[in-house]
Amino acid sequence: MARETRSLICINCPLGCPLEVVVDGGEVLSVTGNTCKRGETYGRKEVTNPTRIVTSSVPVVGSAIGRMVSVKTASDIPKEKIFDVMAALEGVQMTAPVEIGDVVVADVAGTGVDVVATRRA
Amino acid sequence: MESRDIVIIGGGPAGLAAAIAAHEAGCTDVLVLERDVQLGGILNQCIHNGFGLHTFKEELTGPEYAARYVDRARELGIECRLGTMVVELTPEHVVWTVSPDRGVHAISAKAVILAMGCRERPRGALNIPGFRPAGIFSAGTAQRLVNIEGEMPGREVVILGSGDIGLIMARRMTLEGAHVACVAELMPYSGGLKRNIVQCLDDYGIPLLLSHTVTRVEGINRVEAVWVAEVDESLRPIAGTEVRYPCDTLLLSVGLLPENELSRDAGVELSPVTRGPVVDDALQTSVEGVFACGNVLHVHDLVDYVSQEAAAAGRAAARYVANSSSEAESQTEGTREDERCLSVVAEGGVRYTVPSTVYPARMDEKLLVRFRVDNVYRDRFVSVYVGNKRVWHRKRRVMAPGEMEDVSLKRADLEAAVGATTIRVTLEEE
Amino acid sequence: MTDNLYDVVVIGAGVSGCAIARELSRLDARVCVVEREEDVCCGTSKANSAIVHAGFDAQPGTLMARLNVEGNRLMYEWATELEFAVMQVGSLVVCVSEDTRAGLDVLLERGKENGVPDLRIIERDELREMEPNISDDAVAALWAPTGGIVDPFGLTVALAENAAANGVEFCFNAPVSEIERDGDIWVVTAGERHLRARAVVNAAGVYADEMHNLVATPDDQLRIIPRKGEYFLLDTTAGPHVRHTVFMLPTKMGKGVLVSPTVHGNLIVGPTATDVDDKESTDTTAEGLAEVATKSSLTVRDVPLREVITSFAGLRAHQEAHDFVIGEVSGAPRFFDCAAIESPGLTSAPAIGVMVAGLVREGLDLEEKPAGEFEPTRKGYVNLMALSFDEWSELCEKDAAYGHIVCRCCRVSEAQIVDAIHRVPSARSLDAVKRRVGATMGRCQGGFCSPKIMELFVRESGMRPEEITKRGPGSQILIEEGRA
Repeated sequence: MARETRSLICINCPLGCPLEVVVDGGEVLSVTGNTCKRGETYGRKEVTNPTRIVTSSVPVVGSAIGRMVSVKTASDIPKEKIFDVMAALEGVQMTAPVEIGDVVVADVAGTGVDVVATRRA
Repeated sequence: MESRDIVIIGGGPAGLAAAIAAHEAGCTDVLVLERDVQLGGILNQCIHNGFGLHTFKEELTGPEYAARYVDRARELGIECRLGTMVVELTPEHVVWTVSPDRGVHAISAKAVILAMGCRERPRGALNIPGFRPAGIFSAGTAQRLVNIEGEMPGREVVILGSGDIGLIMARRMTLEGAHVACVAELMPYSGGLKRNIVQCLDDYGIPLLLSHTVTRVEGINRVEAVWVAEVDESLRPIAGTEVRYPCDTLLLSVGLLPENELSRDAGVELSPVTRGPVVDDALQTSVEGVFACGNVLHVHDLVDYVSQEAAAAGRAAARYVANSSSEAESQTEGTREDERCLSVVAEGGVRYTVPSTVYPARMDEKLLVRFRVDNVYRDRFVSVYVGNKRVWHRKRRVMAPGEMEDVSLKRADLEAAVGATTIRVTLEEE
Repeated sequence: MTDNLYDVVVIGAGVSGCAIARELSRLDARVCVVEREEDVCCGTSKANSAIVHAGFDAQPGTLMARLNVEGNRLMYEWATELEFAVMQVGSLVVCVSEDTRAGLDVLLERGKENGVPDLRIIERDELREMEPNISDDAVAALWAPTGGIVDPFGLTVALAENAAANGVEFCFNAPVSEIERDGDIWVVTAGERHLRARAVVNAAGVYADEMHNLVATPDDQLRIIPRKGEYFLLDTTAGPHVRHTVFMLPTKMGKGVLVSPTVHGNLIVGPTATDVDDKESTDTTAEGLAEVATKSSLTVRDVPLREVITSFAGLRAHQEAHDFVIGEVSGAPRFFDCAAIESPGLTSAPAIGVMVAGLVREGLDLEEKPAGEFEPTRKGYVNLMALSFDEWSELCEKDAAYGHIVCRCCRVSEAQIVDAIHRVPSARSLDAVKRRVGATMGRCQGGFCSPKIMELFVRESGMRPEEITKRGPGSQILIEEGRA
């Protein structure tokens, strides 16, 4: 496969550094434009195995904060699994009390990553 | 009348950070007033990740970020009065509150910190012609309905404005099964963060139509379609470019306005640019003893910066309270009028600065001046002149109106420039 | 069948219909108001200038002239009795060019002939003192101290609530499709219902011609032309920009627009006047709004259009002869028109109510209710903006819900919204709440309080969130099947 330069915008933090990632076949040759180490990591990952953190909210019963409690994947999951994660959250309901970090769905959509609560409820 | 050292109006990220910093600076008689029944403000509905990288070196969601501050405030035993709306602030620092449990209640404060945040610009301010059906929401209202109430405001969506909440809601609605046809942005650049364009629009194939606006809303009872047209350089719709998007929902993310009704009534001078109070280096407003921080002062892009700024306001208010107590015994510090003051002037593409005045004798050794630019600039230098002397000159690869910038001022530089009356913050090509 | 037999069916729950119903409720009669929309005040009555006209505009001798002046007088009286918001701020007709100045004298004379009290012409200096932001072009003005401003929602709701309290029934979401004779009885098909009535009052606003033409002879057809008027409403920060209602004396260039404070403390600017075909076309247009913006500066300097919080359009029920059409339709005994009620229809409403109720009473030979059975007063909604902190505090002690602010822009508490939901006729939509207590009407236009009002609907009326509408069927706020 030919050498290819891909332009990305780093999404690790709000700086949004414009990255140039040079790829040859499946191999990343260089990442430039980043201002920190995380940028380089992102650049490499984004062209080989893009991942995202998914956030949502699910119903909670018996909580003083209201009807819903917010949740997230405890770490990033493969980008193509985003909608599988959302599907796995359908019908999920929590019961108060809920602590930040409580597991809502373990190993969601076969990603090996748990969905955890991000709010006390 | 109840009497407190510091009363903070607002229990969102700004109010909490200010309260904690004031307490840590030694002023323990701090009262936070929050109109919601929970602390955390808008962060509670910002369930997405991306908060706290600067402050905590980790990526948190809005509720998690808020929880750090709520927990710390609890640890310190800071009193937070919930379900309490402030209905009036007088120039003499009397704070009138109303709540179901206390009714109408007045509190006299030595210092007041304004931390009321901002609100969204509504549709009316845009004068979009057409009907006024159900199905038109500000992005933040939609965010509350989806994330907090668990409801769905629509299925087929057009978004006007590319502010961050609009971008975040484009993704959120998509994840919940809606189809977002496009995001139309009047300006030739987005008002939101680049990362949000990537991970909220690009990830889901949602087109961002720059230099476009909504020219008509169809539907008497519920939105049935909106018309989107390209605009020319003077931002007027170009005839013949109208495209009809059948949809049931129009979300608006067209700007945030600092919520300064209380400040205005208290006689606080407001900036026509930021619509927030005019403040000095201590984030003190034109009314002695009234400080401001967070989105009520100027709309921020990152909550981390809100927290930093609010902490500075909290420390300054604590110092003000300490000084005003000792002043009663010995005249240690005079009023601001007696002292040398430099005004900070925004020029050459810089829209505004916070603060806009600096008292060298009072300021900390270093002072962060935040600003926003009025357009997208590439490879420009940010320069600061104290009088005629350039004290800051740094290159920035990209600057955009949606993102905050800052420069750091040294007290020594200001003291050295003896005759100088202005500090100019400007953009230069070289 | 007797269940369905009314003495009077009033078609239309706008300000005219409600005023008529309220006056009919003094009588020993069974009255039902049928309305095609979900609430009172949904048509012409809700989208207008909200002005209490003094009465110098209408041609002497017309019904319009008489009912305007009489309505003006009654409006201030009724405001005390029925507790709706009205303010006698006075109005100015401003002349902006010396060569049209004679027009002021014409208006002055006409006003005197119509019986408008205390009119006088004021000169430039006095005008400037009274109205500091008046245009530099202003040369003189007609000053009408009896002019005022009113809350059209508040007025209509007050009339309806008082009518209901005195026994009038209301039937909403019931558009009238047929009106037939059955012997001496009119049969009115309204939505699903067939109401039988000894008399019918046609107060159907822009649809009054359709109602009329269902019963009138072919040579007596009525045509109502919907005349669109577009407006800007500005934030309360702009409210004090003028102190009085400022009209422009028409010039060769046209009519101008009015600039006026509102009873809610906002500033209103408008209207345009465009005849349209569609009786539902209450949409604003780019051209119309641009026209309002341009014309606002003809009489008033520096109108802060940056403070616009909403724009809207309303339809006036215009008729070619430009006079109210009130009276029994020939060949249709006891079918009374109250049609072509365009400006000054809002001002005239109290007088229209008295007049039409009088015609019906005569036609049906109705008696007044026995002494003490008619309750002429009605309690208004609490307006926290108008209370001192002490008074507000006392309210909170009685009901803590007055301490829970739901709409922060207009300072409306939970207690007032709950009140609106439980009164008769009750508020069943967000707009209905707005009309009664003002919530969602402020600078954030419901962004903050809509979800909270929806919660109150769920709690107080047992509605599901998905059933809640902005303004009746078809305007649901949420999607029925909920999230994904």
